[in-house]
Order: sequence, then structure tokens, then C-alpha cells
Amino acid sequence: MTERQHFEISDLDSGISLGKDAWIRLRKNRLAVGGLVILVFFFVIALLTPWIAPYDYEIQDLDLGATGPSLKHWLGTDIFGRDLLTQIMYGGRISLSVGFLATIVALVIGVTWGSIAGYIGGRTDAVMMRLVDILYALPFMIFIILLMVVFGRNMLLLFLAIGAVEWLTMARIMRGQVQTLRQQEFVEAAVAMGLSRSMILIRHIVPNAVGPIIVYTTLTIPGVMLLEAFLSFLGLGIQPPKTSWGLLIAYGAETMEEYPWLLLFPGFFLATTLFSLNFLGDGLRDALDVRSAKD
Amino acid sequence: MTRYIIVRILQALPVILAVITATFFLVRMAPGGPFDSEKAVMPEVKAALEARYKLDQPILAQYFSYLSDLREGDFGPSFKYPGRSVNELIAAGMPITAELGLYALIFAVLLGGVTGVIASLRPNSWVDHIPMTLAMIGICVPSFLLGPSLVLLFGVHLDWFPVSGWGDIPGDKVLPSITLGAAYAAYVSRLSRAGMLEVLSQDYIRTARAKGLAEWRVITRHALRGGLLPLVAFMGPAFAGLLSGSFVVETIFQVPGLGRFYVQAAFNRDYTMILGTTIFLSTLIVIFNLLSDVLAAWMNPRIRSDLLDHD
Repeated sequence: MTERQHFEISDLDSGISLGKDAWIRLRKNRLAVGGLVILVFFFVIALLTPWIAPYDYEIQDLDLGATGPSLKHWLGTDIFGRDLLTQIMYGGRISLSVGFLATIVALVIGVTWGSIAGYIGGRTDAVMMRLVDILYALPFMIFIILLMVVFGRNMLLLFLAIGAVEWLTMARIMRGQVQTLRQQEFVEAAVAMGLSRSMILIRHIVPNAVGPIIVYTTLTIPGVMLLEAFLSFLGLGIQPPKTSWGLLIAYGAETMEEYPWLLLFPGFFLATTLFSLNFLGDGLRDALDVRSAKD
Repeated sequence: MTRYIIVRILQALPVILAVITATFFLVRMAPGGPFDSEKAVMPEVKAALEARYKLDQPILAQYFSYLSDLREGDFGPSFKYPGRSVNELIAAGMPITAELGLYALIFAVLLGGVTGVIASLRPNSWVDHIPMTLAMIGICVPSFLLGPSLVLLFGVHLDWFPVSGWGDIPGDKVLPSITLGAAYAAYVSRLSRAGMLEVLSQDYIRTARAKGLAEWRVITRHALRGGLLPLVAFMGPAFAGLLSGSFVVETIFQVPGLGRFYVQAAFNRDYTMILGTTIFLSTLIVIFNLLSDVLAAWMNPRIRSDLLDHD
């Protein structure tokens, strides 16, 4: 890490930044690049869904019922005669947005918490990290189910609940980073120039920890998406008329013996997204040379 | 070591108390009383029910009376199944869930451990790449997708295994156990590979080789103990994951375990059942985390001293 920083600082003028260096290495990892391409593709589709979806989301055709893939309906239709591709596109919008938004919630809490604990140190650090240890021991799945039961199945609550669960590891990683960084010369220099603590944290420490933050964020999103799909599968997450990949899988599982494609297509899209995120995360970890707390 | 265990137990107690308190008040905050059903209940009957379940008392009194019942191991009556206690429901479901979890864990450790160790012995060869790619698939294909797919393939098309039930027809335990264990097999495989790779580059392994030990003895006598250490620490979180995974797997395969009771209770808004099961499961998970940490510390003094410094 130390060597890398010297490399970055001295080589800034000659044009190879840490980001560029990492990008060059990431490009050599075919799996990671493949993952990135797929993710960008899904993301663009999700953004454009209201305009490019082949059918209207709510339109039903009960006479048609469930049909297999055809030229008219590429991925077939469900038991209400709704176009499955349209359902998957709208479901993907929700699954992806839960994944990204809840991860942002986790990211903000975790980075703030971890960097404050790591930078202030001492008793504050001990108390803050002990709290993280305690929360780690709690069975969160059960708690999220409990929250959904008590407060109703509300999407905003789902974001917050998942985000509130997933910040713990981020806080630990961030704290470790800050502890290393704050002993470095450039931080001492900033202190000597009289910058305030919050300024040093925001302008000097957090930007230098951006590698691990990116890597861990990429690896958190699939966890969050799984959690959403898991809850939706049980009927405790996203509620109709909205849909998500987890919910589509749940419906598909009910009728899979007669109409297996209703299970397999949504499953394929969820699994492909999770794959891509994991491969991209692993690739970024290698490219940015970050040791993850996960393995 | 004794000090470490005592410290950890003292840490666990407030966690459990916090779980009980948070769950209790959360459940009490829920809109709608447990007896607000579609059928209109006569006010006297409702009052009698509320008196029986102590719902007419102030909430703090209810809390303390619940705590004192808990101290005797009494989770109270179920709201939705009159005449049955939460204890009975837990007693009926827990052995089944435990059995399912145990099979899943055995499957995970055997498959994951063997593939992980083999992969670590020949890194970057095909015995490494194939299991690690499969492990990635195992992590990315969630149980609620894997389960139905296995049912479709092995239950419906090939007709090798029954598609639902538990202990009714021979072989009906196979698919649920594999479904629940698959993701853990993947994690175990990755963890044991990483752990073994790290250990195999250590000096004491070189020493063991240098003194002429056969390679398999170096592996079994020296490398495995250190290399599989990360697994022990993983067991605590894995246990929690297996329990919550059982919610889905038991629902898919209609296994009458605690996970399915829990999901049903969540749908029925059976508040005492949710409260009791949450407390029961959380306590179990806290205890298992404790055991796995203590075991890991016992096997590796370095972790222990790290943890003590942290205090």
C-alpha cells in the first residue's frame, strides 16, 4: 500500500494515476470486463425500460395464458398472459435499484462510522467498534422479517433495513484503512497546515481509501440483491403490483412443473447479475490490490 | 483463555437482553391487535382474551412478566393456535430444522473441504479452476432458485428423489439438504483453498518437507490444522445463515420445521410465536457465534491475543 502511494504521488505528473493503472490491469481480466459489460447493459435497459419494454406492464391476456418463448413474446408469457420479458425488465429495475440504493445507504453509514472510529481512535474507537461487534452477532435476516411484519411491506423500509444491516463490514474495512492512512506523512502535513479533523478526513483520508471502498461496494451489492430476492421470494419483500426478480422466481417456482421457463428466465437474469457483480468485484480487488476481509 | 471465555460470555448476555427487549417492543408496536380478526368478537370475549394474555396490563408490566416467564424458559401461548404454546411449536419444529441443518453442513464441509484442499494443492490448474468456478456458481445461485431447479430436474424429470416432505418417503431428505448446503459448500471451498494456500507457503511446512516427510503427511499432519482454521471461525455465521436459509428451503420442500413455522407466523401475524421464535433463534445464534469464536481462539492463540488487545 505504502509503495503504491509513493508511486501514485510521484507519477501523477507523468500521467499514470492509480485509477488508470487499475483500469489497465482490470482490462486484462476478461471475466471482470465481461461482468462490467453485462452490468452496464442491464443498467441501461433498466433505465430505459418504460420506453423500450415490448409490452405494457399491466396488460393481461387471460385467453392467451402461459405460453413458451415465441417470436411475439421472446421469453414467453405468464399464466395471466403477461409478457415475461416486460415483467423481467420492470422487475430488474426494482431489483437493481434496491441493490444499488441499499448499498449506498450501507456505504454512507459504514464509511462515516469507520472513518470516525479509525481517525479519532482511543475510547471512542473502542466503543464504536464494540457496537459493531455486538450488531454483528445479531441475526439480521430474522430482524428484517420482523420489521416487514410489524411495519408492513414498504419498499423504503426495505431499503433502509437492508442498508442498516450491510454497513457493518464496510465500517470495519474503513476503520482499518483510516488507521493505516492517518500515520502517513501527507496526513501529518495536513495537520501541520492546520486543517480541521473533518477536513482532513473528507479531503485527504477518504479519497485515499477509495480502492477498498469501491471493491467492497461491488461485493456488497450482490449480497443486498440476494437479501431482497430472498424476502420477496418468501412474500415479505416487494409486493404486487410491483415486481422484482425474487418475486418472479417465487411465481415461477409455483408453476414450474407446467411452465418451467417462468422460473428459469428470471432466475437466469438474477444469477447473471450476481455473477457479474462478483466477478467484477474480484477483478477490481486484484486490480486495485486490495485485501478483502471476505476471504 | 478462561478470561477470554468469561469476557465473551459477559458480552453475549447484554446482546441477548437487547434482542429480547427490541423484539418485544417492536412486536408490541405493530398496528392491529392479535385478536382483530375478520370475525367480530364480542367485547366481553375480547376483554377476557386480553386479560388471559395479560394484554390489559401496562406495557412495562407485560415486559417484565414476559421476562420472568422467559427466565423459566416459557415463551407463552401462541395467539393463533389456541391451546398450543410457543414452546410446543418450537419443540416440534426445532429437531427437524436441526437435522436439516446438520445434513446441509455435513454436505457443505465434505464437498467444500475436499474440493478446496485439492484446489489449493494445484493452484491455477484445472483442479483449481473447475471447483472454484463451480463455487462461484454456488454462491450466485440462491437457494430459492437452486431448490426449485433441483426439484424440476431430479424430482420431476428424472424422478430420482421425492419433491417434498421430510421423513415420509425414503430419499426425501436429500434435495432439501443439498439445496440448503450448496452455498455453504461454495464458501467452505473458497475459504479452505485460501487458508491452505496461505499455510502451504509458511516456513514450518518447508521444514516439514525438508525433514523428508511424505507430502500427504505434510498436508494431513501440518497444513490442514492451520489451513482449515478459517473454517472454524466461519461456522458461527454459517450457522446463522443455515437457520435463515431453512426459512426458504423448508417452505419450498414443505418441511415441517421451525423455519416454516416462522414464515407462517410472520404471515399470520402470530405475534407471540414471532416473538418467541425470534428470541429463541437469536439466542441460539449468539451462542453459536460465541462457541465458534472460542473454538477458533483455542485453536489459534494469535487470534486470542488480538481479541484481548482489542478490549
